Amino acid sequence: MDYLLHILIVALIYAVFAMSLNLELGYAGLYNFGHVAFFGIGAYTSALLSLAGLPVPLGMACAMVAAGMAGALLCVPALRLTGDFFGIATLVFAEMVRLFFLNERWLTKGPMGLPGIPRPSWVGTGIAAMPMFLVLCLLLTVSVFLLVRWVAVSPFGRALKVVREDEYVAQALGKNVFSLKTRAVVAGSVLAGLAGSLWAHYITYISPGDFTLNETILVLLCVVLGGKGTNWGPVLGAFAVVFFQEALRFLPIPADLGRLIAPLQGMVYGLALILIMLQRPEGVISEYRRSRVC
Amino acid sequence: MLRVEQVTKRFGGLTAVDHITLNVGDTGITGLIGPNGSGKTTLFHMITGFYTLDRGRIYFQDRCISGRPPHTISRQGMVRTFQHTRVLPFMTAMDNLLSAAPDQAGERLCSVFFRPGRIRREEEAHRERAKEILEFVHLTPLSHQLAGRLSFGQQKLLEIGRVLMARPRMILLDEPTAGINPTLIRHLVNILRGLTARGIRIFLIEHNMPLVAEICEKVFVMDSGRLIFSGLPAEARQDARVIEAYLGREDRAA
Ligand SMILES: Nc1ncnc2c1ncn2[C@@H]1O[C@H](COP(=O)(O)OP(=O)(O)O)[C@@H](O)[C@H]1O
Ligand SMILES: [Mg+2]
Repeated sequence: MDYLLHILIVALIYAVFAMSLNLELGYAGLYNFGHVAFFGIGAYTSALLSLAGLPVPLGMACAMVAAGMAGALLCVPALRLTGDFFGIATLVFAEMVRLFFLNERWLTKGPMGLPGIPRPSWVGTGIAAMPMFLVLCLLLTVSVFLLVRWVAVSPFGRALKVVREDEYVAQALGKNVFSLKTRAVVAGSVLAGLAGSLWAHYITYISPGDFTLNETILVLLCVVLGGKGTNWGPVLGAFAVVFFQEALRFLPIPADLGRLIAPLQGMVYGLALILIMLQRPEGVISEYRRSRVC
Repeated sequence: MLRVEQVTKRFGGLTAVDHITLNVGDTGITGLIGPNGSGKTTLFHMITGFYTLDRGRIYFQDRCISGRPPHTISRQGMVRTFQHTRVLPFMTAMDNLLSAAPDQAGERLCSVFFRPGRIRREEEAHRERAKEILEFVHLTPLSHQLAGRLSFGQQKLLEIGRVLMARPRMILLDEPTAGINPTLIRHLVNILRGLTARGIRIFLIEHNMPLVAEICEKVFVMDSGRLIFSGLPAEARQDARVIEAYLGREDRAA
């Protein structure tokens, strides 16, 4: 039972994380390969502030602000680059952020990580807190879902799609491409920061090793598998990926093979990502399914 | 309305546009012709801000626009199409038009959240206008079709419709009739005439000389980056330099 609660909570956190990436990847067409950085910044900000005694909700709000500001900071240089180079810049940015977590021991305790991150007082502590934490995650996930959907169907979401489809046309139609992309990245980063802070308060222990390229690939897989540019796609993808990951634990794998599983998993996810992009780039839920001649 | 002064563009050793000065006054339809590679598209790119200028200045409605980014030039009322049709393939014909509506409050995130009523009214108005435009370019039955699935000619019409949606004062069309059939060309000519009747000025690159003679009130001729003629279309056909530019070489314009 507790295990099921755990899986659901993780899936919901990943759903928020995936929806945040979808704003950039699905709507604005930005391949952000460093999205985990904002998840990490959210997690560390929230953890540090609440460890310092700030109420958890305030820490979470600060996490979102910090992640959003980091997103804006990344945009200034990275959005001057086009296509693949933007992807590389985001990848490098995420690595820099991880190295910051690792090396700035005065702040982050380095590789030791931050243990004992408090949960919101009203959800309780330990195992007993799980049902309430699930409720919290559910509320936030639903809010984020509605929010993203609201933005996606707005003229702003449409303008992002124009940028995704053809930047030159966007410019010819009077769209400020840089500003639109920046707003998409900042919005995506704010929500990734929220997901990260939820993660920190749920797991209660974070370390730099939690925020690597592996996590970026995982969340990319959630979005691409589910269907980028759709409302339900990232949610579906997050549940599928998290459940699949947990199901692996029950496979009867010999102990000495266990050591190989972790790195192998990363490879499998990377491979799955490549295969989907090649074979069915629109994912399970297609953005274009409802368009037909009429 | 549009003045180009001493404009030059070089690509390495090649001078694609060489000290061009021209004045597109308040003429309804102005043509720009010249053999392939004479620098017409490059000049359009410079006027609309997509290419920087190596020299010279460009004025639109007496304001200097050279050096401005493309989106600000577009917002001032000069909207262009591209030589190779560029619809937004994975958006519907309707959304192609809606996204061109100028100055949308709904593109600002704060309005999206805090002024939903205003945005809804604005969207309704844009939708009505988009419907009229679809009717005008004869694409109404296809409004929910993905633009990428339209035929080549339909995409051209959609592109013109999209330009209209932006409420331009002047439109720049780069070879609007290239590759479309004679019936569609007639349809297009009617559309262009309708636009001038609404006070929209048109500046277009065109290879079809009889068509230029028919619809353009004024024509500029370029050859190897230089302006070799400006005046009435009928005169252009008798001008010795124009005839030489078109006949005196292998790569005659199609
Ligand atoms: N981006 C570019 N880089 C290098 N050369 C270019 C570029 N754009 C155009 N040119 C060159 O400039 C010349 C003029 O091209 P263009 O303006 O497309 O001619 P037109 O539209 O009259 O056919 C051609 O020789 C072309 O090869
Ligand atoms: Mg050309």
